Amino acid sequence: MAKKEWPLWEVFIRNKQGLSHKHVGSLRAADAEMAVENARDVYTRRSEGVSIWVVESNHIHASHPADADALFEPAHSKVYRHPTFYDVPDGIEHM
Amino acid sequence: MNALFEYLLRVGDDSLILGHRLSEWCGHGPILEEDIAMTNIALDLVGQATSILKYAGEVEGKNRSEDDLAFLRFDRDYRNLLLVEQPNGDFGMTMMRQFLFDAYRKPLFEQLTNSSDSQLAAIAEKSLKETKYHLRHSAEWTIRLGDGTEESHQRVQEALDTLWRYTPEMFIDDEIESELRKTGVTFSVEELHASWTKIAKEVFDEATLVIPDNNWEQSGGRKGYHSEHLGYILAELQYMQRAYPGMKW
Repeated sequence: MAKKEWPLWEVFIRNKQGLSHKHVGSLRAADAEMAVENARDVYTRRSEGVSIWVVESNHIHASHPADADALFEPAHSKVYRHPTFYDVPDGIEHM
Repeated sequence: MNALFEYLLRVGDDSLILGHRLSEWCGHGPILEEDIAMTNIALDLVGQATSILKYAGEVEGKNRSEDDLAFLRFDRDYRNLLLVEQPNGDFGMTMMRQFLFDAYRKPLFEQLTNSSDSQLAAIAEKSLKETKYHLRHSAEWTIRLGDGTEESHQRVQEALDTLWRYTPEMFIDDEIESELRKTGVTFSVEELHASWTKIAKEVFDEATLVIPDNNWEQSGGRKGYHSEHLGYILAELQYMQRAYPGMKW
């Protein structure tokens, strides 16, 4: 019998209310419900989370490393996109 | 006989022995994720055993700690169900044993959160949260294995056929139960049985599993009469304390 692997799932955990879900790793599971349960056991056993998302890895569409030049390099020369050209008025502490 | 002490041994020993059984899967799970899940559940159970047996020692009043009770009793003094000492078998057998047990423990702890004994109620409340997850896990697996491939269905049906005879022992109503019920420490065994039956039926229907129609029953654990398996479990569990009395690490 051919060994069939369960599909791969990407796991995202929100570790506090108000923060966004962060990618923490991946795991294998037969279906979405089991993936959530496995994620609970593998990634939240030390109280790391208050919410879990799982996404089947093959649903993730990624940028291609070969496109990195075209995608990301043009931004390097556009420092004016950073909000660093303002004079911060006195008395404002957090900007 | 101290009824509360006896009762605590029943609940505590169920956790201890099943926790030990499940821990045997550590490093042998069918897949990493499930290995972690089963050992997490094993740890929950051993944790429950720790607090229940600690309280049992206090109730008994003979200065026995939870470790004394776990490691230094003879097999006849253990009060766990025969179900929980049954061998792991294949993964289907382990999940079926777990499901039959979890479906009993969830309504049991739900009852006990209302116990007139505040310490028992507190232990039940903490354990209930863990047990809800255990049941969810074992029920999902029962459904997937039962309604899965031809092979998984056949194996898990065989597990149900094998383990079914040990289930009536969970609902034996005896003098311990009736005495504790008088003071509101424990509650109706009949209602517990009804809750269990409802959970089991729903899951078995979805899993396309058939409850065996033979009603041959096997019991004895609650009175200290165990299957041969318990001896091997205790040999492993107690080895260190027997070989090196009082050792700590």
